[in-house]
Amino acid sequence: MSTTETQKIEELANKEYKYGFVTDIEADTLPVGLNEDIIRQLSAKKNEPEWMTEWRLKAYRHWLSMTEPEWANVNYPPVNYQEISYYSAPKSKPKLNSLDEVDPELLDTYKKLGISLDEQKLFAGVAVDAVFDSVSVATTFKGKLNELGIIFCSFSEAIREHPDLVKKYLGSVVPYTDNYFATLNSAVFSDGSFVYVPKGVRCPMELSTYFRINAANTGQFERTLIIADDGAYVSYLEGCTAPMRDENQLHAAVVELITLDNSQIKYSTVQNWYPGDKDGKGGIYNFVTKRGACRGINSKISWTQVETGSAITWKYPSCILQGDNSIGEFYSVAVTNNMQQADTGTKMIHLGKNTRSTIVSKGISAGRSNNSYRGLVKIGKKAEGARNFSQCDSLLLGDKCGAHTFPYLEISNPTAQVEHEATTSKIGEDQIFYLNQRGISTEDAVSLIVNGYCKEVFKELPMEFAVEAQKLLSISLEGSVG
Amino acid sequence: MLLEIKNLHASINGTEILKGINLSVNSGEVHAIMGPNGSGKSTLASVLAGREDYEVTSGEVLYNGKNLLELSPEDRAREGVFLAFQYPVEIPGVSNTNLLKTAVNEIRKYKGEEELDSMDFLLLLKEKSKLVELDQKFLSRAVNEGFSGGEKKRNEIFQMAVLNPMLAILDETDSGLDIDALRIVANGVNKLKTKDNATIVVTHYQRLLDYIIPDFVHVLYKGKIVKSGTKELAFELEEKGYDWVKSDNAESVV
Repeated sequence: MSTTETQKIEELANKEYKYGFVTDIEADTLPVGLNEDIIRQLSAKKNEPEWMTEWRLKAYRHWLSMTEPEWANVNYPPVNYQEISYYSAPKSKPKLNSLDEVDPELLDTYKKLGISLDEQKLFAGVAVDAVFDSVSVATTFKGKLNELGIIFCSFSEAIREHPDLVKKYLGSVVPYTDNYFATLNSAVFSDGSFVYVPKGVRCPMELSTYFRINAANTGQFERTLIIADDGAYVSYLEGCTAPMRDENQLHAAVVELITLDNSQIKYSTVQNWYPGDKDGKGGIYNFVTKRGACRGINSKISWTQVETGSAITWKYPSCILQGDNSIGEFYSVAVTNNMQQADTGTKMIHLGKNTRSTIVSKGISAGRSNNSYRGLVKIGKKAEGARNFSQCDSLLLGDKCGAHTFPYLEISNPTAQVEHEATTSKIGEDQIFYLNQRGISTEDAVSLIVNGYCKEVFKELPMEFAVEAQKLLSISLEGSVG
Repeated sequence: MLLEIKNLHASINGTEILKGINLSVNSGEVHAIMGPNGSGKSTLASVLAGREDYEVTSGEVLYNGKNLLELSPEDRAREGVFLAFQYPVEIPGVSNTNLLKTAVNEIRKYKGEEELDSMDFLLLLKEKSKLVELDQKFLSRAVNEGFSGGEKKRNEIFQMAVLNPMLAILDETDSGLDIDALRIVANGVNKLKTKDNATIVVTHYQRLLDYIIPDFVHVLYKGKIVKSGTKELAFELEEKGYDWVKSDNAESVV
């Protein structure tokens, strides 16, 4: 390789994390630490009704009795929960009717992040609910959705304006006792999205939310709840970016999805949290609980994710297939580079009759990273005629990374048909040289091969996300081969 | 002169394989490189293509007046050097169409030409696939995935047809081919010959040279070209075997 080639690769490998900047806005934060008093203050700041405060406290008291789990195939220094501030809101007006009222510095932040809260979004047909740190700042296109009876607002607003819906469904898929991080989230969740699509309504636009973690030591504890009533359809996009920080930041979100009869929720995520530097310093801890319940017959929940960021990713978007003929899908591309670690996968729980699930997991490991797939396919005793297809592939770039697979199959019904395929491969030097010899640079060659590898997952993403995902993948893998 | 190799020495893992190769190739010519196993035939092809495993310790290679050894493998390809691999590798997930479209447009970009749009490109593919009797359905399959030996070699020549190189190096293209496949491949190569391009055919056997008629035949033995001649030399080798060359060169080779 010529010296210019080597230089170019070094440049790219050291390319700074594009989104590494901090917005200089006065933030209203709570002192660090976690206790009942902090929780009451947090709840008060958000003007929450008593029942909500009580729910939080119940969760907090339960959390005190729990021990942090250590079974994942990841290593990290212990988190000091008393050194985190659990609330940070930018100081601007709580009610914004139009973009003119949004703090201009905030708007500038969104522009840098590539989010434009202006008319262009209207033409693109995407309603954007921008979460800045712990508070939702602006919600667009509420009017249009209102006409159809679709509720799309911040979680905080939903608690105030739609308490019956929240009370009915909150914690019904992920109970506050579920796991250590979900319990913590239930106590201190900051904000998130709430979506309700009424009977027979097909949401006409992709709903999307962008996240950002700012102020140091502020954990993000999003809470999202999406309900699709009988015959409803909604496609939701979650995309994240975060600034460069030295201290690790905890991100313990909870997402609950519910589909009633003949309805469908499509939930797509492109995750690009700060992954830490090449020596493993800094980076986000992404410990997330995501679960969907196909309550109704003929209902369907699809999870599609492209995970390229975070120092540590620990999440299992899952489906509980209760309704007869319900379908659960999980499509995932998880990339780890440098010193990143991931333990991710899914759980498909078949309970109803004639349920189907599809799992396609593509792991890509590079650098000195560790990437684990952990999946559970559970067929209940009464789950007649259940069918599952799982494909877990691992791609290793270089010889210092690791890929692991932990598949669990628990089958209690003899009529079940379960298929599991797994492959492990490398991008060989021979393949790169072959493409070089056809006039293609090494960088483009890796891109071609990796995109080919991820094709099956990318085609499940809404188009605009698919393009962002491909770019993200190339950036994440720059400098990892050659 | 299209290609001029002067006193080329190359090693791998410290062992010298090419011990002073001299070769001149003009446009419009077909040169055959023959020799016994281990003589350095594939090494020569790899070094010309720019494979990093090999270290050039001395000598030079001029291609169209340019110093070929200074160029990266992809730049050599963009300058019009094509290697038909002896063992074409599989690339799952990347379709033949996708590979070729990317390659064609990279080369066009390098030359300052406008990139081909999908429509024009597909027409180009259709036209060229006829040359090697390649079934259209191969185009959407992943590169060489599940291809038989013969299909892989045909795919190499198909790519050559699409990329239209100035210097094509065929590395044992005939190995593993039955008579029919051999005929199709050789036909393809012959149809692509023009007065502006040149071909270096690396082979063990004289058989391929019945179909691809060489202008010059060189015998490579222990890293050096020990004999050069016209196509009759190939017949002589066929008759006498490589031992003839080996004994002839017993003292003169280190």
